[in-house]
Amino acid sequence: MSAGHMVYDIVSLGVPFSVALLLAALGENFNQRAGVFNLGCDGVMSMGAFLAFLAPYFIRSGPIAPFTNLVGFALAAAGGALLGLLFALVTVTFRAPQGIAGIGLQLLAGGVAGTAFRHFVGGVTGVGGVATWPVPGLSRIPLLGGILFDHNPVVYLAFLAVPASSYLLHQTPWGLRLRAVGTHPRAADTMGISVPRVRYQALVLGGAMAGIGGAYLSLCQAKMFADDLVAGRGFIAVALVYFGRWSPWGIMGGALLFSLAQAFQLSIQVGGIHFPYEFAVMLPYVLVILVLALARRSRKLGPAALGRPYDREVRV
Amino acid sequence: MSRWFRLLYAATVIAIAAGAAVLAGTLVLTLIGARPLATFGVVFSGPLRDVFSATEILVRAVPLTLVALGIAISFRSGILNIGAEGQIMMGILGSSALALKLSGWPGFVLLPACLAAGALAGAAWGGIAGFLRARFDVNEILSTVMLNYIAGQLYTFLLRGPMIDPAELMTGSGTPQSMRIPRAAWLDRLVPGTRLHSGLLLALALAFLTWLLLWRTTLGYRMRAAGAGRKAARYAGVRVERSLVVAMLFAGGFAGLAGAVEVLGVHHRAIEAISSGYGFAGIVVALFGGLHPAGIVPAAAFFGLLLVGADMTQRAEGVPANMILVLQGAIILAIVSANMYLNNPYAQERAARFFRRLGLARSPAASAEEGP
Amino acid sequence: MTASLPIQDLRLEGITKRFPGVVACQRISLEVQRGEALALVGENGAGKSTLMNILAGLYQPDEGRILLNGEPVHFRTPADAYEHGIGMVHQNFMLVPNMTVAENVALGMRSAHRGLRLDLRDARRRVTEASEHYELPVNPDAQIWQLSVGEQQRVELVKTLCLGARLLILDEPTSALTPQETDDLLGRLKRMTSELSLIFISHKLNEVKAVSDRVTILRHGEVAFNGNTADHSTSELAALMTGREVTLPRNEGGGAGGRVILSLEGLKVRGDRGHLALDGLDLELRAGEILGLAGVSGNGQRELADAVAGLRPVESGSVRFDGEDISRASPHVIIDRGMGYIPEDRHHEGIVPSFSVRENLVLKDFAGARFSRHGLLRLGEMQRNASALKDRFDIRCSSTAVAAGTLSGGNIQKVILARELSRGPKALVAVYPTRGVDMGAEEFIHNQLLSLRSESAGILLISEELEEIMNLSDRIAVIYKGRILDVLASRQASRERLGLLMAGVVDE
Repeated sequence: MSAGHMVYDIVSLGVPFSVALLLAALGENFNQRAGVFNLGCDGVMSMGAFLAFLAPYFIRSGPIAPFTNLVGFALAAAGGALLGLLFALVTVTFRAPQGIAGIGLQLLAGGVAGTAFRHFVGGVTGVGGVATWPVPGLSRIPLLGGILFDHNPVVYLAFLAVPASSYLLHQTPWGLRLRAVGTHPRAADTMGISVPRVRYQALVLGGAMAGIGGAYLSLCQAKMFADDLVAGRGFIAVALVYFGRWSPWGIMGGALLFSLAQAFQLSIQVGGIHFPYEFAVMLPYVLVILVLALARRSRKLGPAALGRPYDREVRV
Repeated sequence: MSRWFRLLYAATVIAIAAGAAVLAGTLVLTLIGARPLATFGVVFSGPLRDVFSATEILVRAVPLTLVALGIAISFRSGILNIGAEGQIMMGILGSSALALKLSGWPGFVLLPACLAAGALAGAAWGGIAGFLRARFDVNEILSTVMLNYIAGQLYTFLLRGPMIDPAELMTGSGTPQSMRIPRAAWLDRLVPGTRLHSGLLLALALAFLTWLLLWRTTLGYRMRAAGAGRKAARYAGVRVERSLVVAMLFAGGFAGLAGAVEVLGVHHRAIEAISSGYGFAGIVVALFGGLHPAGIVPAAAFFGLLLVGADMTQRAEGVPANMILVLQGAIILAIVSANMYLNNPYAQERAARFFRRLGLARSPAASAEEGP
Repeated sequence: MTASLPIQDLRLEGITKRFPGVVACQRISLEVQRGEALALVGENGAGKSTLMNILAGLYQPDEGRILLNGEPVHFRTPADAYEHGIGMVHQNFMLVPNMTVAENVALGMRSAHRGLRLDLRDARRRVTEASEHYELPVNPDAQIWQLSVGEQQRVELVKTLCLGARLLILDEPTSALTPQETDDLLGRLKRMTSELSLIFISHKLNEVKAVSDRVTILRHGEVAFNGNTADHSTSELAALMTGREVTLPRNEGGGAGGRVILSLEGLKVRGDRGHLALDGLDLELRAGEILGLAGVSGNGQRELADAVAGLRPVESGSVRFDGEDISRASPHVIIDRGMGYIPEDRHHEGIVPSFSVRENLVLKDFAGARFSRHGLLRLGEMQRNASALKDRFDIRCSSTAVAAGTLSGGNIQKVILARELSRGPKALVAVYPTRGVDMGAEEFIHNQLLSLRSESAGILLISEELEEIMNLSDRIAVIYKGRILDVLASRQASRERLGLLMAGVVDE
């Protein structure tokens, strides 16, 4: 296989591979902009992947059959939202430390998904998944067409979510409140903004998006479900938010970067290059560490109140 | 607030935490159509039915104790070690590699050397995360989780490749496992006919030493200060960054030792899935034990019970063994939520006033204890 | 929010508020009429801020009620308070730093939150209107973090006015201002009373006299006095504030300065945001003297103290301590050489709150020969040390085993003082040592500083309170934008002269 061909493969694979990461990270961005980081994102994605998978797995016939994928995505979003709600209860209402609480959520959500999967489904089963919708006309552009316009609809929606997120954050009243709550919650409080309510809203939205990201994995990318389907992408999504400096566009860049690494891993195997499989799989994780180490400056640009629970009655 | 009331309060909160966990478990069990009561029955009483199962509790408790002790040290020093899974794997690799390499050596040298190798390997792995945090301010939860995945891949690679048992290659079965380690390196069995090994004594000794370290040594004081009051520690001249790295070395070392102990005491070779979630379970044990050796040891025994019981439920009630993850997650969430109340003087005051109104607690001494 | 009806009469009745371990307010009652300026006075810790936070809707009272124009009202959130026309300007500004003035105001305006698109036009208009009407120049599109402290305070005022406040509560409004800015603000406030009612919190009696019509004095959470300002002198009010005659100790002078113990030359240090907080600073501290450092906070004081303690890297220039260059030394070396430090944030920088008083007292010495042996702590010696220091420094706590974080501010400061002074330092840097501390403890701390001075240590006293600096110092240096503008002998320093220097005006 020629080098050029391989590069093309990697890049065109990179785009759809980034969707799950992108969606989860955009959701996590809302969480973090409001001042909360959810390390359970990985577990939420697992739950989303599992719930989405259930729809086509169980619904084979009947009136809903042609819409099973839609149902799957809806289920995933709902499940993710519920988990976000649970996390909000623990970190906002109970003011538990967010790091450990995130790990707890990850174990819980991942555990429930895995247990239910093992019980109801058992082995590895494939599903039809979502078909691609090439954009008429644009998808025929040589090179670029294949990279950008020949994907399933969720891909397009995910990339549209980037400017949408940016608009939501900077041009809407909700976004203004969100940013205030994440930077100076006490000031927002004195202005009559309910800090807990805004954080709950952010976490529910973030959870729903992570759930949809997981659903993408099981319905569009792998077209099946397994215990280790998510394989740490949720954590990578959290790291992406730092990497992207809490900006949807930066996050998009980061998501593409990481998915390129993953695409690279796949095409190495296909290309028959002798590179130990396990080391290729390691690549994205090593990349995360490198990126986190090099991006230390950006920490100070983040939402000032990130990670700190807010209690109005605490004597300042 | 009187001491008696504070203890009662703490007990109530822990009970609530346990209750929440049971609730979560019950919900999931009902969801998958199992019988909650029967399942919990199996989990709690099953392992106590015969000697072998009872000793299995302790067999599980040993690595749990070791991992939890290390995590307690790190948490108290202000750094959250979530990487025990990976550090355990490194410990397994280190100890079994050395055992196989020096297979001719006599036991009294080989055994301690292998234990040390395991501890060092784990410490090094943990040290990476500590260094990243100290030097680059990298969030240690993210880095240790990533290191877990990296360690997993490394482990698989080595067990399928360079460290694979030549016998496997010959028979063509290709099970990723190493050769049996020499008898000289085995930890002795304490109770014949069971898997309980002398690692138990090691774990207990280390529990004591951990207590000594944290509360009686200058090093421990330094680490606790860095964890409990980072700014003040810095102002007092404590090198906080160094403290963080040292804490991760300890945490990784303990986890690595846990891995070594599992190899040398239980399985006698490096196999896949050997760490089986001890890394995460260790976190739960540490939290449940109040990050104190005196609490960790019984908590580890309790979790050993849960783990053995969970294995049994697969056969008895058809409940998948990874149900235990659900319980662990629920317990963590419940404990950290409850802890907020335990440590928060505002909430304590509100509760005290509430109970006072109900006439259940005595009112506090007249005015504040201290003057201006 | 639209402007609400004028407030004829505001009454607080029997307000009680408890925090863990302390009753902040006990059955407090007070009253403000329309167009009146009420001064709420008391020592730090007397309960003034807590009371006003209750009025502003941030805290809930445990007992008591609030009556507005005769009607009982209940403020569950600050928004409730604003709706009734009560707005508060806090001591620590409630402004989101990376947003503009208009955005900050819009946060509180209901009309801006309607619909999908954020509309700042209304907010901008209101800001401009209020700014012109009350003569408080403010640019609606300025980013908060770029504004100076004085400008930010103006924004806070404009913000509360835009949101319809008819009664303004101001919490220590002059704490971060130069004397000239203070006079300016007080004048403005006086003029505002023609349209608004004011409650302002202060512990500075000269300001109280300048602005208020009536004064309520709180002591230990209770009302100690209520009356017309004009009828009482400052010293009478001071006596009522503390419940006794208190004269803070003065530095009587004498004692020629000894050798130079600390010398800073051309010091350049970067602040947190990357700018040069210290820009070529020169200063000399002599043994046996108290050198006061006056200046508006934010001019490099914190960076100076940190650099001297080794907590902040020195970019260029030198710091010499007793003849040795410590510019690159680590904090722990500097501590060993005999430098003491009383940090600004006593709760987070001075003590480890969850450690016991006993453990905190050895925070700098735990690894030394006295308290450890072969790496093991000598608990008995730690206990003896703690008991001795508790007595000597009058630390009020039930036992030295309690967590230091549960002590009151003044006692925490005493713990820190005890630790630092018992080490017999050659030099001591004290940053805002009596901030938030009541007069009794303040007197104690001042006495300790003076006695340290007589033991030939050099003390660098960094403070916001001009009076404290003028009372205690042998010489006074003024810091402005990272440089020392001038050093005056205490006798030659007057409030006016220092005020000008603090504002950057150097007389030729």
